[in-house]
Amino acid sequence: MGATLRVYKRRIRSVTATKKITKAMEMIAASRVVKAQRQVAASTPYASELTRAVTAVATGSNTQHPLTTEAERPARAALLLITSDRGLAGGYSSNVIKAAEQLTERLKAEGKEVDAYIVGRKGVSYYAFRERAVQESWTGFTDSPTYADAKAVAAPLIAAVQQDTAEGGVDELHIVFTEFLSMMTQTALDDRLLPLSLTETAAAAAEGKDGEILPLFEFEPSAEDVLDALLPRYVESRIYNALLQAAASKHAATRRAMKSATDNAEELIKSLSRLANAARQAEITQEISEIVGGASALADATAGSD
Amino acid sequence: MAELHVELVAADRQVWSGEASLVVARTSSGDIGVMPGHQPLLGVLQSGPVTIRTTGESGDGTVVAAVHGGFISFADNKLSLLAEVAELSDEIDVQRAERALERAKSAADAVAERRAAVRLRSVTGVH
Repeated sequence: MGATLRVYKRRIRSVTATKKITKAMEMIAASRVVKAQRQVAASTPYASELTRAVTAVATGSNTQHPLTTEAERPARAALLLITSDRGLAGGYSSNVIKAAEQLTERLKAEGKEVDAYIVGRKGVSYYAFRERAVQESWTGFTDSPTYADAKAVAAPLIAAVQQDTAEGGVDELHIVFTEFLSMMTQTALDDRLLPLSLTETAAAAAEGKDGEILPLFEFEPSAEDVLDALLPRYVESRIYNALLQAAASKHAATRRAMKSATDNAEELIKSLSRLANAARQAEITQEISEIVGGASALADATAGSD
Repeated sequence: MAELHVELVAADRQVWSGEASLVVARTSSGDIGVMPGHQPLLGVLQSGPVTIRTTGESGDGTVVAAVHGGFISFADNKLSLLAEVAELSDEIDVQRAERALERAKSAADAVAERRAAVRLRSVTGVH
């Protein structure tokens, strides 16, 4: 076998092996997306009931609470960035990190300090490489987050919000994650969790229910106590929802990246086989012409000796 | 007979939903019973058993669930019980709960002990 042909054959073999791997990863990711989507759907009743309750208390009472009142001069904001632990997901992590960068710029332009809280190894290493301060970070559960994980993430954030700004607390809480819109579309999104923008929530509730009038609630034991208990749960459930959506988006992004890798490998195999075929043909042609040339040279030699 | 619609949801799933004639839950200021037509209510739940008297499509019977913290909200004849963790009594593994209770007692973990005790009480029906 000729040298060029051997090189082509070897490359085809290696690309075929790669293709098998990416194909397997694509299928694994596809099955995980479905599971993650189901989890998002399962968490929706709790989140929507909780939002309804928060809206009811916040609009139905004149209670002042640190988690709903806007600071007069907000000086510090917390930013929760949700990335993934693993790569091989195309632009997933870089997109969400870019969104976080833009938000950071905007907050800084408004004169606020930004405290970073990060979920996922990709975000952690991005910040570590640039030697930026990170308040707290979590890794290891981005593929399938549980409610306990969301609680663990929410605890220091809620504590920071309840603390005085002068003592290192924050006035605002922003979250940056990838929203799962569909199998093909996921967008990086930033959202302000706290303080609650009540006008928006109230308007959304009114729109959703055709201007349903919220009933006058009786609070047990009291509006303050209910709000005290309700708001941390609200933050937890929002963070849980964001973690789940980010996980679903990550799997969808992996699936897409692996699909295009498989397609590219197929393309590469096709063009390499063409080259290998051409090389084989060239080799055969050369051998034939060598034989023909050799035979005629021999014939000439015998004719000459006569 | 009038009935109210009940949704019992945990953070990660819907545990139970259906029609009921009476729901008894433990709020931080004591047990509260909600019947159809109750005044709109929003309360903080303590961990404890929740008893739902079912009627209508769900059939006449009683559903007991162990609920660990959360909220009760009632408006427009719709009652929602929101809990971080909620389990129906027939989902609870008695032996596991007993083991957890023993462990919590020996480790002097008051929260875990209470949680296990609530689970057991929901199964045995001793309130």
